Amino acid sequence: MSHDVQPPASNEEGLVSTQHGATPAPAGDPIADPGLPAHEPRPTDVDVDAEKRAERQIATMFGLSSVFAILFVVSYFVFDIGDHPTIIAGYGASNVALGVTLGLALLLIGIGAIQWARKLMSDVEVVEMRHTAASSDTDRVEAVKAFNQGVSDSGIARRPLLRNSLLGALATIGLPAILTLRDLGPLPRGDLATTAWRKGMRLVNDVAGTPIKPGDMEIGQLVNGEPAVFFEDRPDGTPKFEGTRLNDAKTKAAIIIVRMKPENITPPKGRENWGVEGILCFSKICTHVGCPISLWEQQTHHLLCPCHQSTFDLADGGKVIFGPAARSLPQLPIMVDSEGYLVAQSDFTEPVGPSYWERG
Amino acid sequence: MRLLSARLSAKRRSPLAGVVVLLLGLLLTGGVYALVSPAQAQSGQADQSTIAKGRALFLVGCASCHGENGEGILEKKGTQYAPPLAGVGAAAVDFQVGTGRMPMARPGTQAEARKVLYNPDEIKALAAFVATLGPGPSIPAKSQYDISGLDSKEVARGGQFWRTNCTACHNFAAAGGALPDGRYAPSLNGVSPKHIYEAMITGPQQMPVFADSVVKPSEKRQIIAYVKSLQSAPNYGGNALGSMGPVTEGMAAWIVGIGACVAFAVWIASHSVRSKKGAKA
Repeated sequence: MSHDVQPPASNEEGLVSTQHGATPAPAGDPIADPGLPAHEPRPTDVDVDAEKRAERQIATMFGLSSVFAILFVVSYFVFDIGDHPTIIAGYGASNVALGVTLGLALLLIGIGAIQWARKLMSDVEVVEMRHTAASSDTDRVEAVKAFNQGVSDSGIARRPLLRNSLLGALATIGLPAILTLRDLGPLPRGDLATTAWRKGMRLVNDVAGTPIKPGDMEIGQLVNGEPAVFFEDRPDGTPKFEGTRLNDAKTKAAIIIVRMKPENITPPKGRENWGVEGILCFSKICTHVGCPISLWEQQTHHLLCPCHQSTFDLADGGKVIFGPAARSLPQLPIMVDSEGYLVAQSDFTEPVGPSYWERG
Repeated sequence: MRLLSARLSAKRRSPLAGVVVLLLGLLLTGGVYALVSPAQAQSGQADQSTIAKGRALFLVGCASCHGENGEGILEKKGTQYAPPLAGVGAAAVDFQVGTGRMPMARPGTQAEARKVLYNPDEIKALAAFVATLGPGPSIPAKSQYDISGLDSKEVARGGQFWRTNCTACHNFAAAGGALPDGRYAPSLNGVSPKHIYEAMITGPQQMPVFADSVVKPSEKRQIIAYVKSLQSAPNYGGNALGSMGPVTEGMAAWIVGIGACVAFAVWIASHSVRSKKGAKA
């Protein structure tokens, strides 16, 4: 690395170039450079006692840091975690003790180092000149020479077969990498557009699986529901849905069932018979980014998403009235089956949840 | 019945026998029905003196907004000044008055819980009067909201119900949360099990109704038990900052965390004390 300082550009006479202006720049600076103020010593520079005191102070901080580090080790072993953690004053002792001791141990090293720099290390201003970032000319000539040597030795310019087959190999080696990306997960295919809802499937309360009759629903009532199929077993006794498949299906099929006064509802065209006596059923998944929404204000009929405050008017076909959601909340058409329970007329007529590329 | 009575009367040759049998039958039916009929129908009824006391209290404390007969008052612009009370049930009165939400200090976006202004007897009388205005949910019996004796499995199930039905508004730790237009879902900290139960069956203000027909009384007990277990649970990770999630935690990180970093930066760059004694040598 070169340490040469480049002088400012100037012509032969030593004057600053005036090619761009008619008025020559005045020689010398019109306002004198005040320079740096005179250096004043700190108490620790002039007073031996102050110096010793600062030294002791900093050493104490480093010492305390060691103490806290050891306390960290001690509290790691002393306080219980797991099912029966040690509780002190309503706090989990282990987490709090580990955090406080490690935090103080690190902080005291930092404070000690700053104090060392401020009180004892040299505080005289130092000037360090800039220098170019390029390597020296000899190094650069050397490097180009070595590169050209390699090119002529390998004969890459003279042997196109080798060059082209190498390029081909490098391109093909990318294929396995791209192909294995496919294993990151199954392709969604048409799954996004459908849910577990089918015609005649009962609407049940989530968690318990209680089926619902219209008479069970009061004005202003909200039920967080799911299709009954999630609570049913196959003939061999195993659940029809379980594990991650259950979770995946639940997240799409989740619904809310609400009852309003029929005269307050203005159903969109073609949806006049999608409800039962003021009972309407909507997807529980926000059309913005898919948060579950059940924040229903029974008097205003507004459904608010707690994530980004998208607000849907359930009395008006789930229309967006505020917030970032772009589409109305999908409605599930419902009816009553022969035993008097609420059932779905069909699956959702549009994909539930956030929009996606292929949805159009 | 007619055949039977005709035959009996024919045998005994008494014209009154048929009538007596009919009366006995009616008495028996009525008696059995009174014995086995749902308890709710009975608990809704109170004696006349309690209802009369409730009506007297209602006329003084509630009628100015809710109307003399609890019919509600409609404003000229068509909005409700106060809602009609027919069908709200005794449970709604016990919740609204028992938590100090009613009587409201002033009309506003939300009736807030304040100091309770009526004593338990007066609340009972008010509830009894309002219950006569129309059928509605009655005050739950202690066995419905008593959470003692629930095992950890039932409490955990209450947690599932809680997360499905309640957290959207009341927050995962029951700390409450904001609603549109200045309204809010209140914190459940310190709310009695009875009032939580009543809120679920009556749906006060913007809260939806969670009727017993869908969320069963036993499931409501589990929910209440879970809420109570949340409040008695220790803070394993240190101060929960009100359990408000990213709102208070983010504020603490910005103000305390970044504030401390700025303070250190200012300290590092500041001039240290200078001595007037002059250089050492």
